[in-house]
Amino acid sequence: MEHVEPTAKERAVSEANPDQATGPAAATGTVVEDTPAENEKKREVRPAGLGVVGWARWFWRTLTSMRTALILLFLFALASIPGSLWPQRGISDAKVAQYFTDSPRLAEWLDRFWLFDAVRAPWFAAIYLLLFLSLIGCLVPRTMVHLREVRKKPPAAPRNLTRLPHHASFEGALTIEEAAARLRAKRFRVTTGPDWVAAEKGFLRETGNLVFHIALLGLLLAVGAGSLYGYRGNVLIVEGEGFANTVAAYDRYMPGQRVNAESLEPFSFTLQDFQATYVATGERSGQPLDFSAKLKVTDAPGAPEHDYSLKVNEPLNVNGTLSYLIDHGYAPTFKVTDGKGQVAFDGPVPCLVAQPSTFASECVIKVPDAQPEQLGFLVAFLPTAVPMGKEWVSVFPGAANPLAQVYGSFAGDLGLKNGRPQSVYEIEPAILKKMKPLVMKADPLAVGKSLVLPNGMGSIEFTGLKEWIALQITHDPGRTPAFLAAILIVGGLVLTLTVRRRRVWVRIQDVTRATGPGPGEQEEAEGRSESGPSTKNRHEDGLRHVEVGGLTRTEGGDFSEEFAEIVSALNPGVKDAR
Amino acid sequence: MPAEVDAGLATLSDQLILATVLLYIFAMIGYALNLAFGQTQTQVESPSTSEPVLATVGGAASSGSSASSASPVPASASGGGGDRTEKTPPAWTVWAGPIAVGLTWLGWAGNLASILTRGLAVDRWPWGNMYEFVVAMCFTAVSAFLFMHLRYRVRFLGAFVTVAAALGLGFAVLYLHVQAGPVVPALNSYWVAIHVTAAIIASGLFIVAGVSGILFMVRKDTAVRLPSRQDLERVAHRAIVIGFPIWTFAVIAGALWADKAWGRYWGWDPKEIWAFITWIAYAAYLHARATAGWKGKAAMIVQLIAFGCLLFNLVGVNIFLGGLHSYAEVP
Ligand code: HEM
Repeated sequence: MEHVEPTAKERAVSEANPDQATGPAAATGTVVEDTPAENEKKREVRPAGLGVVGWARWFWRTLTSMRTALILLFLFALASIPGSLWPQRGISDAKVAQYFTDSPRLAEWLDRFWLFDAVRAPWFAAIYLLLFLSLIGCLVPRTMVHLREVRKKPPAAPRNLTRLPHHASFEGALTIEEAAARLRAKRFRVTTGPDWVAAEKGFLRETGNLVFHIALLGLLLAVGAGSLYGYRGNVLIVEGEGFANTVAAYDRYMPGQRVNAESLEPFSFTLQDFQATYVATGERSGQPLDFSAKLKVTDAPGAPEHDYSLKVNEPLNVNGTLSYLIDHGYAPTFKVTDGKGQVAFDGPVPCLVAQPSTFASECVIKVPDAQPEQLGFLVAFLPTAVPMGKEWVSVFPGAANPLAQVYGSFAGDLGLKNGRPQSVYEIEPAILKKMKPLVMKADPLAVGKSLVLPNGMGSIEFTGLKEWIALQITHDPGRTPAFLAAILIVGGLVLTLTVRRRRVWVRIQDVTRATGPGPGEQEEAEGRSESGPSTKNRHEDGLRHVEVGGLTRTEGGDFSEEFAEIVSALNPGVKDAR
Repeated sequence: MPAEVDAGLATLSDQLILATVLLYIFAMIGYALNLAFGQTQTQVESPSTSEPVLATVGGAASSGSSASSASPVPASASGGGGDRTEKTPPAWTVWAGPIAVGLTWLGWAGNLASILTRGLAVDRWPWGNMYEFVVAMCFTAVSAFLFMHLRYRVRFLGAFVTVAAALGLGFAVLYLHVQAGPVVPALNSYWVAIHVTAAIIASGLFIVAGVSGILFMVRKDTAVRLPSRQDLERVAHRAIVIGFPIWTFAVIAGALWADKAWGRYWGWDPKEIWAFITWIAYAAYLHARATAGWKGKAAMIVQLIAFGCLLFNLVGVNIFLGGLHSYAEVP
């Protein structure tokens, strides 16, 4: 799984030191040693004729191989692209509906491939799950290998230190013990032999790497758990109204598959006031500057009420259930008096914003209680109305000159009795067609003014102005775990990209022997238990020939600089360099 | 947040950015002259590659070249050494290089001053729209180059980084410029300072890597005056190794901000999707080098794909795809 092709540097080491080959790669099965037992296994791995177990094992090995993982990783990225190209359900439902009306056949086909629900598609889930399995399959053995490696001693010095990528030699009065101590002071882990010292450090690289990959797994888990056990809902509230966190109170409630509706956090609040401020003059006139909603919040039934100022970027948090201010608009209040002189409707009407830059809005009033016939109104609301030719338009989102213009009022059956749910923001055209038009495009009404309907059908009065806010309320139990995983991801990444695993060997010989290195000397150097040479090294203050070799197992960075520092730290002749 | 804009400072910022573009262009000319008429790159390099490892101790400036002593330069790269004695370059070309570096520092200062004055003019972090974002990104790309230059021998990249920065700034001034002003409430958050700053720094580093990658691709083996492939590879790798964790952090900070602003930390919004794809593509590059042992062209192609994703996320998503992150204010 790790370096399948050993690099030149590594080959140099593993030649000199056979136990090097049992690194992580061998242990996880990519490089199989040629012992008879292992050969047996190798044959076994081939799926042909081995039945279910063999196939399963083959499948598992293929799935957890590095290459498969990388391919899955790529696929995962590719699979997320459709979500950015087509409108998505749950994010922009209106655009999806538009797509279906504009090009129904294409939309139908796209829908067959889940392209409007890209991240909920089966193919997306399949890639996600396979990547997940693949990660587990490769992380578990790697972690085991690493735990073993951390406890292992650095390997003995290779025969020929000059063959290492970094190499230096000097004459000095250095003993094995001193060399080991100095390397230990540089936080190397050290073993010594008769005439050599082996040192290694940088295990944090692999630790960081494992932390990173495991945290990645944790993040995937947290996101998954959050969508299963969390919920999300939207609600629209007009100034003066309240909200209590129950499923019934939501306009739209989107639970995860495992949410218990009874477990919703039992808080409630009322909306006292909403304030929006805008740039008043200049090129950016009308650009919003700040939104702020004053709430009176009760965290739980019976708890004391407290104030909260809800803003964009500052959600209300009640024990991990968060309420966000995501939209706002106007809710002019109207009073409709019917043909019999009775007040058939009196209250705010939340209007949908038709033009976000000026907040020109469209409102629908349905008055099913009106007598003798039900009434319906289509009203344009203009927060800062000015005449433009024969039309009235809004020029500013703030309510500087609010006018309500009835551009359609109808009498007849609103079609509410057949039990089919209707949008409160629209009267369906089919229904509208069957109703009697009363007034079309009346003059705009200021606050306090009313419009009398013809044929004694009553009147409508524009009584005042309120605002509404839309909230998104979410509970996601995966948030905190995902956050912790994210921290570990960054930390692990920094470790794995900055730390290098490096090995240094020192060999110390008497000067007399070092001047003419013969073949016999190399054999001696190999034997760890031989005690002969070590006694020779203990000449007090005698100059010895010191050879230092170093290597780093990962490319990049400048080990040369650090290596030079290590060498000068070992060489007592250049004490000031330490 | 006050809505008042200091018009004087805003104008000064606009003028400074023009000066910056000019300085980068002059610097680019200097680098180009130095590349074209000065010593060839290989001649500059050859003495240091033959230096023994120990001779580089303490010399921070030469540490970039000492790394190449661990991975020896192939014969083709040092083949130009022979003509050193034949033609000595004219004296002025010796100065073209340092002067170009000086001009780059001046341009850098102008760029910084432009960002600062704009920030002061509007009294907020000056990366609230696409114009400001691109200006800041060009700044970090040049900064990445200059700081690398302080430590490593990367002057050969100067011409290409400055031309990329000049083009980026020119594009911003011509097509993206909007008057200095306040931002919408959603952008009015300290997360701008954290998330966008990280994204800008990472993007700057990725630009340096991307410039190296493009050079790597267009460079022919015979073109001795251009930087060598190894050098380009090393610069790209260094920039990405630093940039990748920062990008990771930027994406995570973005998720934290989304959690504050929109009620979910990850919603597969187009911008989020492309940030994620970019992240995976750079991770694939690191994997390709670290574990698959890909070197040279193959790894560079992955790197350039990743760079393409980054640019698409910046330009394409803002212009074509929209989504919640539609504050870009593309005029
Ligand atoms: C099942 C899937 C994966 C496997 C088997 C895998 C395996 C590995 C291995 C073996 C390394 C070691 C490199 C070294 O020590 O030099 C590594 C490094 C790395 N991996 Fe993964 N990985 C997987 C998924 C991912 C994912 C999903 C990402 C993130 C997008 C990722 C990002 C990285 C990064 C950034 C490095 C560091 C590269 C470097 O050292 O330069 N990996 N991976």
